Amino acid sequence: MKKTTKAAMAASITGVLALTGCSTSGGGDDAGTTVGVNAFSVMEAANEPVFDDFEGTDAGAGVRFQTSYGASGDQSRAVVAGADADVVHYSLETDVTRLVGEGLVAEDWKDNDTSGIATSSVVVFVVRKGNPDGIETWDDVVEPGVEIITPNPGSSGSARWNILAAWAHITGNGGSDEEARAFITSLLTNTIALPGSGREATTAFTDGSGDVLLSYENEAILAKQSGADIDYVVPPDTLLIENPATVTVDANDTAKAFLAFMTSPEAQADYAQSGFRPVIDGVEIDDVAGANDPADPFPTPQVLFTIDDTFNGWAEAADLYFGDGEGDNPLGIITELQQTTGQVGEE
Amino acid sequence: MTSALIGANVAVGPASSDGRRPRRVRRTTPHSTLTRGAGLGLGVAMIWFSLLVLIPLTAVIAAAGQGGWSGYVDVLRNDQTWAAVRLTVSQALLVTLVNVGVGSVIAWVLVRDNFWGKRLLDVIIDVPFALPTIVAGLVLLSLYGPNSPLGLHWAFTPNAVTLALAFVTLPFVVRTVQPVLEELDADVEEAAASLGASRLTILRRIIVPSLAPAIAAGAALSFARAISEYGSLVLLSGNRPFQTEVVSVRVLTFIENGNNQSAAALASIMLVVALVVIVALDLVQRRVARRG
Repeated sequence: MKKTTKAAMAASITGVLALTGCSTSGGGDDAGTTVGVNAFSVMEAANEPVFDDFEGTDAGAGVRFQTSYGASGDQSRAVVAGADADVVHYSLETDVTRLVGEGLVAEDWKDNDTSGIATSSVVVFVVRKGNPDGIETWDDVVEPGVEIITPNPGSSGSARWNILAAWAHITGNGGSDEEARAFITSLLTNTIALPGSGREATTAFTDGSGDVLLSYENEAILAKQSGADIDYVVPPDTLLIENPATVTVDANDTAKAFLAFMTSPEAQADYAQSGFRPVIDGVEIDDVAGANDPADPFPTPQVLFTIDDTFNGWAEAADLYFGDGEGDNPLGIITELQQTTGQVGEE
Repeated sequence: MTSALIGANVAVGPASSDGRRPRRVRRTTPHSTLTRGAGLGLGVAMIWFSLLVLIPLTAVIAAAGQGGWSGYVDVLRNDQTWAAVRLTVSQALLVTLVNVGVGSVIAWVLVRDNFWGKRLLDVIIDVPFALPTIVAGLVLLSLYGPNSPLGLHWAFTPNAVTLALAFVTLPFVVRTVQPVLEELDADVEEAAASLGASRLTILRRIIVPSLAPAIAAGAALSFARAISEYGSLVLLSGNRPFQTEVVSVRVLTFIENGNNQSAAALASIMLVVALVVIVALDLVQRRVARRG
């Protein structure tokens, strides 16, 4: 049922796009030196030095990159609808899974040294300069009166990392599901805005709204690099954000070489400069501007939860927590809590 | 964009200002009198219209219809969605009403009065059209957010939705009324005045009926634009379920969950709402125009 719906929708979209699409599709394989990179927005700046370094390698000599950046979910849906892509790099595994379901990415895409992950970060608290409210832990965030901004987990896939980090704070530390529900309820009660994306949430926060912004470490570092007057706190227990990358089934060898290069020490050092935690060991990291301590930019939290260990992977977590309850979809726990806290707030 | 809009309305202007538009429309419909050139024009218009509007709309409705009626019912039975629909439609209606009043006044001032800076104001009216909506949201956030220099803390409240919608829909009524008002002959008003009609009677019996089609067209545009607005709201309203979440954000949530059918169902429901309002506006407009 769901699959036919998807197919019909995709067919109608491609049908509409077919006329304009002719000019851009095709042309991928014949050159052999053009690599189409389809990635989530933040990678636009982060990829530049990686592209430069790749061009310096044997495999990457004379390569031309055709890039496309945007919201992770939109990018993935565009590829399903026929957008040309060799290397895909998304903020959330479910966006790659969507391509696997359409036969655009091989089933075994996670079979490599990093389990398909190309960049990583952690969920952090962005606070006002000097941390006037003394926000250090998750419990400080849900104190009554603290105003929270976090991107909308409904419309932004990557925002889901933040909410799951809060959930993991309870269940990962031995709490029950009931306690986690209560915790998320107080978190949502304190939430004053759910902007559409991580960047919009940062904009709303730097513009003066809210006491704490739930965000990603790389986003916080980037904001500080661009001069935002903020600080950020890595909580003692937080969730590891893992951004998957892979190649599409008809990608050329250069694209495959680039995918491998993305997880090389050289590329990981480049990504670190943009605030991403390396996904492999033994990466030489220069001082990272914008980090709390540029010389030790990525301090290890006391407890680091992962989506696989704490939540049994995205395949299970996506529906269990964020399902919208429409049609055949189950009603996710977070969706349900959002509805109940929203209604209470209305009265 | 502006010139196109004005151009289109100048063409409509004389037909509507004489107050006999309905009859004229009816006269052309019964039998075809198309010349070869007109046939070509109609063909081009229909092909273009089909590619851009009819086929995509049909695709949306077809996708929505896959779940049958139950798909629509399920979508609307969700409290959160229903709250978003209520907020969006009520705010769009409110903003449209405001635009009918304020937009007509602005158009009047721009056409009938002479004052310093008139030309500049005339140009600036269109800026909300040209500004990317996300930038509009950003500007409004800095003006009405926590650091508001005006002391209005409207960000993340339903007022923010009103504000953003009013901003992006401002030009519609102004730009549809303005050219009609320019074409409106002052002689008629003077004649009415010389026959003893008061200012109010002239306004009620001559000016408003002549402007009604243009005001209705502008109102329809601004309502349609308001119920579909996304960019300027996503930053400013806070998107809180049941409080400031609008339909377009709900639709995006459905899409993010891979639930294209519900997204299409909700979108087609909004299309019906738009259609109902546009038809209602047309009926009102005909009524008012006939009274003149």
